[in-house]
Amino acid sequence: MNTIADAIAVKPANLTADHLAQDQSTATTLGEITSANPRMICRDVNVWYDDKHAIKNVSLDIGQNEVIAMIGPSGCGKSTFLRCLNRMNDTIPAAKVRGSIKLDGQEIQDRSIDVVPLRARVGMVFQKPNPFPKSIYENIAYGPRIHGLTNNREELDELVETSLKRAGLWKEVKDRLDAPGTSLSGGQQQRLCIARTISVSPEVILMDEPCSALDPIATAIIEELIDELRQQYTIAIVTHSMQQAARVSQRTAYFHLGDLVEVGTTDDIFNQPQHKLTEDYITGRFG
Amino acid sequence: MSPSLLLLIILAAMALAYHLGRKRAIGVAGGVAQINRLHSLPAYYGYYAALWVGLPALLLLLFWVGLQEHILTALTIAELPPEMTAQLSEGQLSLLTSDIRNLATGNITAREISPEVQAAAAHYQRLSGLASVSLWSLTGALALAGMAWAWQHTTISFRARNRVESILMIVLILFSSIAILTTLGIVLSVLFESIRFFQKVPWTEFLFGTKWSPQIALRAEQVGASGAFGAIPLFTGTLLISFIAMLLAVPVGLLSAIYLAEYAPRKVRAWAKPVLEILAGIPTVVYGFFAALTVAPFMRGLGESVGLDIASESALAAGLVMGIMIIPFVSSLSEDVINAVPQSLRDGSYALGATQSETIRRVIFPAALPGIVGGVLLAVSRAIGETMIVVMAAGLAANLTANPFESVTTVTVQIVTLLTGDQEFDSAKTLAAFALGLTLFVVTLILNVIALHIVRKYREQYE
Repeated sequence: MNTIADAIAVKPANLTADHLAQDQSTATTLGEITSANPRMICRDVNVWYDDKHAIKNVSLDIGQNEVIAMIGPSGCGKSTFLRCLNRMNDTIPAAKVRGSIKLDGQEIQDRSIDVVPLRARVGMVFQKPNPFPKSIYENIAYGPRIHGLTNNREELDELVETSLKRAGLWKEVKDRLDAPGTSLSGGQQQRLCIARTISVSPEVILMDEPCSALDPIATAIIEELIDELRQQYTIAIVTHSMQQAARVSQRTAYFHLGDLVEVGTTDDIFNQPQHKLTEDYITGRFG
Repeated sequence: MSPSLLLLIILAAMALAYHLGRKRAIGVAGGVAQINRLHSLPAYYGYYAALWVGLPALLLLLFWVGLQEHILTALTIAELPPEMTAQLSEGQLSLLTSDIRNLATGNITAREISPEVQAAAAHYQRLSGLASVSLWSLTGALALAGMAWAWQHTTISFRARNRVESILMIVLILFSSIAILTTLGIVLSVLFESIRFFQKVPWTEFLFGTKWSPQIALRAEQVGASGAFGAIPLFTGTLLISFIAMLLAVPVGLLSAIYLAEYAPRKVRAWAKPVLEILAGIPTVVYGFFAALTVAPFMRGLGESVGLDIASESALAAGLVMGIMIIPFVSSLSEDVINAVPQSLRDGSYALGATQSETIRRVIFPAALPGIVGGVLLAVSRAIGETMIVVMAAGLAANLTANPFESVTTVTVQIVTLLTGDQEFDSAKTLAAFALGLTLFVVTLILNVIALHIVRKYREQYE
């Protein structure tokens, strides 16, 4: 038992941010952080927003062709951690990231690494569907164009078609590729964004609460899609919905106030959590 | 016993009424401890009393001050012997009444005082004394009646708060209608004067004529005063100068907006933005002499050194300086629009591996374009209506040319020259200013409507 658990065992009512923050450095992650076939290896990742220590010594592997779900209460740092994986935190001037993050053995934290190819390899889907104010076709063609992936119009057409097919959107939009992306429904827009991410052939896809703005039916379609995409891509998904984590992921990581508290197979986390905090969250005692 | 003293007294009475009303409310409730029994807070009963005391009295005062002069004058004129006023024209009559008024108030008069005028002045004085007394007593009576009304209505169940709110709303409506009616009045007066102009000069000649020479012959045989009112050279001059201004302001303003919104670190933005906005705070007359005394001679010198003949009052100089004036306009409007593009679009683009400039060119700029166009149109209407710079730096000669090195004149410059100095107010020359003003008004109105429509449409898209 570590100190956090002790503290909670003694005084569960006083579970406050300040209280836990004092015990930071001694916190360790329960469960198996490594993966048999890792795609990304993160070690001792720390993130500060100005003075706020948002991620504390997080170490985690993201395995090949698996869906890893990151869960935890609001403000626990799961989205911040996700944004480290393709250096999206670079766009926030106040954010400072330290530690080692490797993609296929290559250190991406290294400043000499160009974020342009990195972000093509590690794509991202956001909480709110954010299609560009362009046609459906142009939304998909945007990525391949900026990366120069195709040589002519035929190849681009084909890439757009395969991307939309993989995202399960082709049948719905093939007759109106010139319609604006924003004219689609919320769920379709999110699948458009997934297709847009797929279009640059990423290895890893990061999803930051991709269904939180969608209705249950659209959510079910996306979840099904995530399961299919797993065959080809490595997926890390942040979610607020524990049911969703249980449905789509193979591994689950539980974050709490910047700490990675526990990692394990999704079955283990949901059926026999080792940590008191994890158990409390899973059983809905807070969150 | 002037109206301004009365105004002060009414205001004091309102303050008193507030206190009385409040006290009365507390009294009705049965003491400070029991004010919970009242429907509204005691202060609202105070406001209610103050409004009843003040508003009717103030309205009466307003109408009285507005109408007293007219009524008194009419009454005095009616008293004059009919043979005196029978054959007077409108103008002569007004001279006579102003004499009577001057005499009554003890000012110097313009003519020999006849006994009739003397009598009329005495009559006027009597009337105005009577009017003053009745004004005071009437407002006093109204204020007392208002207080009595409010006093009587102060009961526990009286909804004073709701009443005060609705009275305040009516007051606000009154004030905003003043602004609207004033606008309407200006537009109508310009319209009517323009109609008078178009009775003298056909509108087809005005809108499509290519010769502008507004001098009207005073004598039949006068030389060089033909009076031609073809406004095309003015329109083209205005457009030429505005075009040059936009040619400078749009790229500079837009690019600096992009820098400020997307690239500038917080520190740079903190001082660069205010500096840019200072440009907007410089009085246009300063721009004007900057254009006339610095830029224009510089341009001419520059032209001479490369063998170009640039007039000392060239469209180029006026346009460039006007462009500088408009830069902050374009940049701050564009920056707002660029900032309004949701961060999620930037994130989406960056997450695909786009660089900052790719994101700006392919995502942010297209998304912000309608708003930017709206901002530019607003800037154009500003440029077209701009006066001081062109008065000082552009010429007066109505040349029909597209050559920026030549001197041109603009609609606003001509309005200024037509109306400054001693002018007859019913000649075609001065009336032409109203027609020009109307044209200017219509054009800028259309531009503003289109621009605001575009901007609003764009806002809806993202909010």
